[in-house]
Amino acid sequence: MERPDWAPSGIDLDRPSAARVYDYYLGGSHNFAADRAMAERAMQILPELPAIMRANRAFLGRAVRYLAASGITQFIDLGSGIPTVGNVHEVAQEHEAGARVVYVDHDPVAVIHTKSLMDGDPLTTVIEADLREPAEVLEHPELRRLIDLEQPVAVLMVAVLHFVADDDDPAGIVARYREAMAPGSHLVISHGTADNRPEQGARMEALYARSPTPLVPRSGEQVAGLLAGLQIVDPGVVHLPSWRPDGPATDGTPASGYATYAAVARV
Amino acid sequence: MTRLGHDPPSAGPRRQAVVAATAREWARVVASGSFAQMSAKDLEGHLRALATTLVDAVLSEPFLARPARDVGAALVAAHFTGSETISRTLETFDDRLLRALSIDTEKYRRRLARANGALAAGYADALRERALSEHEAILRAALRAREDAEQALRASQARFHAVFRDGATAIAIGDIDGRVLDVNPALTDMLGYSAGELRGQRVADFVHPEDVGDMWERIASLIHGNHEHIRMEKRFIRRDGGVVWGRVALSLVRDDEGTPSYLVAMGDDITERRHLQVSLQRQALHDALTRLPNRAQLMARLADAFDSATDGDRVGLCLIDLDGCHAVNDSLGRDVGDRLLVAVADRLSRCVSGPGQMLARVGGDEFGVVVTRTTGSTEVIEIAEHMLAALDTPFSLERHQLSISASIGVTERPVLGTSATDLLTSAAVALEWAKAAGTGRWQLFEEDRADGQPSRFALSSTMSTAMLYDEFFVVYQPVISLDDGAVIGAEALVRWHHPQFGVLRPGRFITVADETGLIVPLGRWVLERACREAKRWSTRSARPPIVSVNLTLRQCHERDFVHDVTRALADSGLPADRLQFEITERAAMTATQEPLDVLRQLRQMGVRIALDDFGTGHSNLAYLRRLPLTDLKLAGAFVEGLRFGADPVGEQMVASVIALAHTLDLTVTAEGIETARQAQTLRELGCDRAQGHLLSRPGSADRVQNLAVSPERWLPGDVG
Repeated sequence: MERPDWAPSGIDLDRPSAARVYDYYLGGSHNFAADRAMAERAMQILPELPAIMRANRAFLGRAVRYLAASGITQFIDLGSGIPTVGNVHEVAQEHEAGARVVYVDHDPVAVIHTKSLMDGDPLTTVIEADLREPAEVLEHPELRRLIDLEQPVAVLMVAVLHFVADDDDPAGIVARYREAMAPGSHLVISHGTADNRPEQGARMEALYARSPTPLVPRSGEQVAGLLAGLQIVDPGVVHLPSWRPDGPATDGTPASGYATYAAVARV
Repeated sequence: MTRLGHDPPSAGPRRQAVVAATAREWARVVASGSFAQMSAKDLEGHLRALATTLVDAVLSEPFLARPARDVGAALVAAHFTGSETISRTLETFDDRLLRALSIDTEKYRRRLARANGALAAGYADALRERALSEHEAILRAALRAREDAEQALRASQARFHAVFRDGATAIAIGDIDGRVLDVNPALTDMLGYSAGELRGQRVADFVHPEDVGDMWERIASLIHGNHEHIRMEKRFIRRDGGVVWGRVALSLVRDDEGTPSYLVAMGDDITERRHLQVSLQRQALHDALTRLPNRAQLMARLADAFDSATDGDRVGLCLIDLDGCHAVNDSLGRDVGDRLLVAVADRLSRCVSGPGQMLARVGGDEFGVVVTRTTGSTEVIEIAEHMLAALDTPFSLERHQLSISASIGVTERPVLGTSATDLLTSAAVALEWAKAAGTGRWQLFEEDRADGQPSRFALSSTMSTAMLYDEFFVVYQPVISLDDGAVIGAEALVRWHHPQFGVLRPGRFITVADETGLIVPLGRWVLERACREAKRWSTRSARPPIVSVNLTLRQCHERDFVHDVTRALADSGLPADRLQFEITERAAMTATQEPLDVLRQLRQMGVRIALDDFGTGHSNLAYLRRLPLTDLKLAGAFVEGLRFGADPVGEQMVASVIALAHTLDLTVTAEGIETARQAQTLRELGCDRAQGHLLSRPGSADRVQNLAVSPERWLPGDVG
């Protein structure tokens, strides 16, 4: 049921938050008992989760570096979560000091925390919004303050679209963003999949189904479908570590073991 | 004991090579377990620096643990915080390193162990510090978020409170059984109960019993989740017994798990709107003047009675026609006439107050009473008698004592085997009988008597075909000159040879023809025929008889009437001055500008215009001057008193009227002459012409011609 803007949601720290669970996978301490319990249960199903999340984080870094090198100076990070090492603005500003970054998340705790870290930085900001409402996000005055949609922009949907249910029409949502983006803009996505590991995928789905953010793993074909009509940058839709790696793999895990597709596409 | 300045056992390039190899190995084992945002090359360089620091610390004289501690902290700062980091680090810096540096002695083994301990302690402290600060940060954010949420909640509650406390919308919050937990002032105002009185009650129990309907089923379906909310319009009974209309929206509030927890009812008092709606409905179904139901509602009630009838049900209908209303309108004006109607309606309605009875105003001065579920005709007759009795007492309006009487047609029968139309027709026929029998009577419809008696309905429904089948014909009543007994004209009178009812006089069907509009084609037909037949009349003298045709107002309103007359004259060849139209005094008095203009045009063409039935219509004599008249026809009733003489007052009145008419240059014709005495007196009083049974009954056109050529000796002492 729709909740009107003025009716607040409660803050319940006894329920896990996807942002804080992700932080825990990455070895952070920005989390509470419920988050850790959730993460531990997930890791019992898929012990590689921390490695997958590190690989995801590494992909984010490589993608941002690639885009910054291509001349992109505006970034919108949808589902930014808890800031941790290698934040988008750090990576982007390494390349171009004036790069502007807007973080977007619907988790009020993550947003407040991010805000306290970004405080005073004129080139970054964070807004509390639901990425499933593209208009609300794109018309947010705080976003408009930093982002000129007439110029190329990078919209990052990293490890977040698998939290958007089919009923919410993820392809439609992606299309709404795409329509608002100027030519030369890019879309970055990474998306969990159960391809090759259906049994674990099903158990993960069942676990997340009870959380506030149910998980919808999608096939490689479905993930490519989300980018239909866009020009997918080489090497295409691939497993996380295979997207433009900057060094040899540090362990022997095959790329498909990361259970996550990654891609960058150009509008 | 160590010595300062003593060359370390391994120094220079070799040491650097050993440290670099160790750092490489170190990077390999820790990188995969942690996420440090740096490239493989940066990573190795970073770790080489740390490894150099550590080795330097082990070799320094005297041994310092502090740098090793800093290396532990630096690992955390560079995000080497994977769970395996410390164990793999300690495995990297073991005896193999000492051997590679050729210092695998007890002293250095102890130093390395202390350095590793310091590194682990530094690492642990830094990690603990980081965890605590991260945790503190996220906790602070969580508390802020919660505070924000609570503040928003408080603001939301304040808004809700404002809506609840001060809003115009009535709100009740109840448990899922509908028992009231809280109500707002708008609701207590609406129902007149205090909040305390309502708590624990079910608001739905205040719904008007007639409006409950399927309400409970709908509420159950709401609770079962079939609907998000339901809306309804219901009457509620107030504490003071009054009734208030509410438009209510009922919603179900669920808790976080989706379990129904509260019912919220929100309502508006729409009593005024409903009243407006009802009054609009009233306007459609009620007569504006008397506020009684109108014909449409009477018909609806009848239709209802027939639709919902069960075996054995009976139904009754009275049709009431008032006499004398026209006279009041004419003499005292519309206002008084209207007030009289209201007063009559008021008296009648007191006679029609039983269950299943309805009084309606169905026409100008016609009322109807429907009685459903009757037990027999007596019941309906009693109502008719009551109504007649109620009208006995004169009405006092504006210093006038007005008497009014009525005729009532009554019918009553079982519902099965009849229809609303049959019932209406029967009541109309009975009304005709009642009127025919004289005013102030009721008449019950009897099947046997009905055969052979035309009702208005029977006439109006057959009239149009009658035109096609040539059932109408025209007779002429001669008008003679009281001077010399010559036939100087004839009044054309239409007759209807009805296949069922025989020959009917105009009095029976002209009103019906006028009401249905058939008067227009019928009038045109009579006019054409009369002109054609009159054209054939001739006399020995130079003045052949004129033909006089009756005219109703309705005909004058017809757009092409003047044209019709012109054509009838042209087609027949009859000179305009041999055609006369008769319009009744009552019609002339009520005529608006338009028909008077028509009369003036006809007069200008040379057509004669006679005022018919003069003396019956409360004429304002001054009015005569304004009409384009050529003739005045005295009503039969006017000259009735002269039949047997010895009526000096009557004679004087007639004399005055004749004198007045002559002053206005009008010819005077007396109608209804039945005795020679009447004719004689009228001649003496100066009357010009006469018609009546004494002189000649209406006859064919040929008969007029015969009389015109060889007049009979009508008048005693007539010079003929």
